[in-house]
Amino acid sequence: MNILAFLIPISLGLGGVGLLAFFWMMRNNQYDDPDGNANRILSERYDKSPDGEA
Amino acid sequence: MAERPSIAVCPACVAIPTDLIKSAGEARSNQSRRIELSLPTIHCAACISGVETGLGKLPEIEGARVNLTRKRVAITVKDVPGIETYLIDLLTSWGYPAKELDSAALDQEMVDKAGRDLLARLAVAGFAMMNVMLLSFSVWGGAEGATREMMHWISALIALPTVAFSGVPFFKNAWTALKVGRLNMDVPISLALILASGVSLLETFEGGDHAYFDAALSLTFFLLLGRYLDHRTRSAARSAAVELAALEVHRAERISADGSRETVPMDALREGDMIAVAAGSRIPVDGVVTEGRSELDPSMLTGETMPEAVEPGTSVIAGMLNLTGALVVKAEGLGEDTLLQQITRLVESAEASKNKYTSLAEKAAAIYAPLVHILSAAAFLFWGFYSGDWRLAVNIAAAVLIITCPCALGLAVPAVLTAASGRLFRNGVLLKEGVALERLAEVDTVVFDKGGTLTTGKPQLMNGASISVQDMAVAIAMAQGSVHPMSKAIGAFGKAAGIAPAMLKDIVEEPGMGTRADLNGQEVRLGRAVWCGVESHDVAQSASWLRIGQGAAIVLLFEDIMRAETSETIAALLAEGLDVQILSGDAPKPVQSAAEKLGVDTWIAEATPADKVAVLKRLADEGHKVLMVGDGLNDAAALAGAYVSISLASAVDASRVSADMILVSDDLSQVSKSLRLAQVAKRRILENFSIAAIYNLIAVPIALLGFATPLIAALAMSGSSITVSLNAMRLGRKS
Repeated sequence: MNILAFLIPISLGLGGVGLLAFFWMMRNNQYDDPDGNANRILSERYDKSPDGEA
Repeated sequence: MAERPSIAVCPACVAIPTDLIKSAGEARSNQSRRIELSLPTIHCAACISGVETGLGKLPEIEGARVNLTRKRVAITVKDVPGIETYLIDLLTSWGYPAKELDSAALDQEMVDKAGRDLLARLAVAGFAMMNVMLLSFSVWGGAEGATREMMHWISALIALPTVAFSGVPFFKNAWTALKVGRLNMDVPISLALILASGVSLLETFEGGDHAYFDAALSLTFFLLLGRYLDHRTRSAARSAAVELAALEVHRAERISADGSRETVPMDALREGDMIAVAAGSRIPVDGVVTEGRSELDPSMLTGETMPEAVEPGTSVIAGMLNLTGALVVKAEGLGEDTLLQQITRLVESAEASKNKYTSLAEKAAAIYAPLVHILSAAAFLFWGFYSGDWRLAVNIAAAVLIITCPCALGLAVPAVLTAASGRLFRNGVLLKEGVALERLAEVDTVVFDKGGTLTTGKPQLMNGASISVQDMAVAIAMAQGSVHPMSKAIGAFGKAAGIAPAMLKDIVEEPGMGTRADLNGQEVRLGRAVWCGVESHDVAQSASWLRIGQGAAIVLLFEDIMRAETSETIAALLAEGLDVQILSGDAPKPVQSAAEKLGVDTWIAEATPADKVAVLKRLADEGHKVLMVGDGLNDAAALAGAYVSISLASAVDASRVSADMILVSDDLSQVSKSLRLAQVAKRRILENFSIAAIYNLIAVPIALLGFATPLIAALAMSGSSITVSLNAMRLGRKS
């Protein structure tokens, strides 16, 4: 059962990374224009500010 | 895609004398500013790049970013006066009709702070729930002794801070309710959260069997999810309302004593100010015309579509559209005295007298909250005295609270409303408030305004076919380029009939009278009877005259015709057994003929705004639940006072603000479709309540008898929440 000593912190850590990534995306306005993002991927133009700044 | 004009230099900048820019300050011309324009028609990747690259080529523009979800473009631009109007015209000419949004109103909703806060708490709760659930699996699977204790301790370390962080919205609301001595849904929720965490912590210390950390966390997660969905529906509606309010930017052009003109915000106007009103713009204040002649379109105020002629000395009312000539208006009524203010007061009093509607969720909470507390307290006391083991008693009380958790109840309404408002939005209907949908489902009477609601609100040429093609070609040529509604009607007829305009020279528009032009040396006139030399006539309906040379004047008849979808909509409503009525400010004759055409028995004509409110009040007193559909300023108070109301996108500000729903697509057939959707949505909500009740009926006795384990709690909670959400989502499907 000693394996738990590694596995539990690792799984919590990975989950935590996901949580932090989510916070980072939210703070960078990446959820502000979901429809736009879905459509921009079709455009060949380089999107230099994906965080929605004009 | 529309043809694009070549973009050389911004005409707004050329038109403005350079010394004016300088006098406005060097700093200002270099400063950049952020403006937002609403682009309701953008929908695809090509639209995005079209707008962004097109705008990017302009020298004044530092950056442009389209938000397709909100259908807006944010532009960072050098602060040049008049740039907004220029950009709007430019975008419109590219095929994207644009409207300016009031940046001050938009700033408030720029970052949806409350939504992000909820989302962050939801994410943390979700993360914690998943992990604790995994740890719990091993306990449920039979982990014992030290392993179980370790699992419990790790769960506690994750769960306690999470509940403390994610549960804040519930704790806050519960505290607010308790402070004024009331119970709301958040009181049992908070109690369940605190008890579950507290009891589980105690059990963990004692090395007990059962810890409810996973239950406390999934409770938090599912309830926050419901809260977040609810918030999203509401903020989408609020942002749309802000957008609509911002659509009409209130500015006026004031003429100073020395004759210079300046653009000032509406609230800077004082009584006696002289205001210039260009053709094509709205009269900003009540007042008297001092210079110029023109015709005004009062359709937004009265529902009457036929223009009124004005000349120096005529009183004008704020909100009328100036059609043909430039006017100078002396401001008279400001603030309290304007018609607009009077209607605003009527709206306010109508809103105040409206009974508060108790939503289904509130009704459910009123029964549910006391019941849960009594059950839980009873279980606690019974087990305490019966077994003498108070630790067991607390455990059972907590289990009862957790099992009866209003998870499903918390999701029952928001999930349905989210699905329904999403579908309404796709249909071009904007729901401003979730509970309006519940009210819509109860409606038994539908009252329509006529002008602009049942009808298009724009005159149409009725006798075009009986006029010779040569004469029509002349009329079409004369009507070109005029914003007068009758001219537009002539143009529309010409387009439909495929008649090419005649070749005319020197077209001159005489404000308030008509148009004059030269056809191969003959003078042609189009306009009012007097303008064409017709001294007396017996035409009762609205008409224009066309006179070529010295010949007899030809009469052109106009009528405000029904929308294409009107009769089908009314028929659908009547078929559902609803009482349909027409309530119009228009004259009796046209109202009667419209009512007969549509098969509507009850109609009232010549109703003032106050009459409309009174009629709705009478219907409400008789016990009817009335849906009011209208668009004019004269409908605003009636819309506010009705049980539930729908306004059209083409309606005036005041009406859109006071209505519960807005037909963004301007498609009247959505009235009957939304009504049906509302009924289905209400049924779904009630079904969801039943599902939640059934889960409770099964699980509560188990909990009361003390057989509940964390596994049963977790199953009941997740099971009911998922069933309820799935049931709600059925609504979002295309039917």
